[in-house]
Amino acid sequence: MPVNAANDDPDKARRFRDAALPHLDEAYTLARYLLRDATDAEDAVQECYLRAFKHFDSYRGPAMKPWLFAILRNVCRAEFARRASSPTAAVEELPDSAAQPPLWSEGQETPETQLLRHRDATAIRRLVAALAEPFRETFVLREINNLSYREIADVAEVPVGTVMSRLARARAMLRTAWMAEEEQPL
Amino acid sequence: MTCDEAEILLHALLDGELDAGHAREVEEHVAGCPNCAAALAAYREMSKATAGADLRYTAPLALRRRIEAALPPVQPQAQAPSRRTLLRGFAMGSAVSAIAATGLVAIVLRNDDDARIESEVVSAHLRSLQAGHLTDVISTDQHTVKPWFNGKLDVSPPVVDLTAQGFTLIGGRLDYIDARAIGAIVYKRRAHVINLFVAQTASTEPRAAKMETIQGFNIRRWGDRGLNYWAVSDLAADELAEFGEKFETAMKSAVAG
Repeated sequence: MPVNAANDDPDKARRFRDAALPHLDEAYTLARYLLRDATDAEDAVQECYLRAFKHFDSYRGPAMKPWLFAILRNVCRAEFARRASSPTAAVEELPDSAAQPPLWSEGQETPETQLLRHRDATAIRRLVAALAEPFRETFVLREINNLSYREIADVAEVPVGTVMSRLARARAMLRTAWMAEEEQPL
Repeated sequence: MTCDEAEILLHALLDGELDAGHAREVEEHVAGCPNCAAALAAYREMSKATAGADLRYTAPLALRRRIEAALPPVQPQAQAPSRRTLLRGFAMGSAVSAIAATGLVAIVLRNDDDARIESEVVSAHLRSLQAGHLTDVISTDQHTVKPWFNGKLDVSPPVVDLTAQGFTLIGGRLDYIDARAIGAIVYKRRAHVINLFVAQTASTEPRAAKMETIQGFNIRRWGDRGLNYWAVSDLAADELAEFGEKFETAMKSAVAG
């Protein structure tokens, strides 16, 4: 059957939507952790999806998520480069969002809330965000995006051995930070 | 094994990325080394806490809309005219006899069903990967998982131990496909989850295995002894095919034995 170009495009768009859009939250999550900025993360994810659609013809599967993430990671690296050369590069050091309430505002702390600390998503997010690259990236891909070591290696373009040592470092750093926080006096 | 090695490998153990041999080595080292045992326990706690807290973010709706708007519009009518046009041809009264037409409709619908069920199977697989949805009964013991299905389904799904072949049994779950309760047996290879869906079929003819890829997931489907199987995973196609073959071989020897 002859395929005409006009019919091919909507079909490609449909296949791309079905394959890529279910991973939007995951992609946004990764971008948030990599860029540590909500607006930049949105821009990066949008750029990632447009690039992914453009190159969708060359996608051979099987797993869409690592393929998308590899593209997203490149977009984020370009953003890092832009920040490094821009005079407002300090944005990376800012907390995630200005609207975010202070974590442990004084007066709220009771022994009970302290016991619950280790379950608080906001606190863990902040500890993860404080990890240095490339440990943060490895940790997020493994613990939050649930990629296998092999997939992380593909996304980050490093050998699996490097993934393993980075993950060990990342968890060790997180553990130290975690314990330091729990030992903080009220 | 030295502590330096164990320090790295215990993470792979925790993540289910080690093969059985190495896993045993790490476990042996940890059993005799209080330091590494403490580290493993701490990392296990930490993993539990990170998995328990939802650390993901939800993409803003505006972002989703912007992306959708940037993609070419989808025109569902444009790309699937074949079946509907075919049927309309019959409805408008052709020379083909009613019986032949019925047969053709049945074939068309069955194919349609296959595609729909496969996409439902992928959706069920995706749902199962969300936190807390994977298993209703958690056990690596086939003799625990199999009886659990008793009374819950009109069919007793076969549960086969494939640990020796590199696929760990994780448990079982009730799922809904095609508006019917269906058994899902959950296996894992490394960090990859395999959902094996089992449903009764009227046909007792064996159905040869067929591989499909939907939304980036591989599906291997086959039929045997009145049961239809769909194995779904993000595993590479060759590994999923291996899983299916190992499962079929194990079933055959179970029947023969």
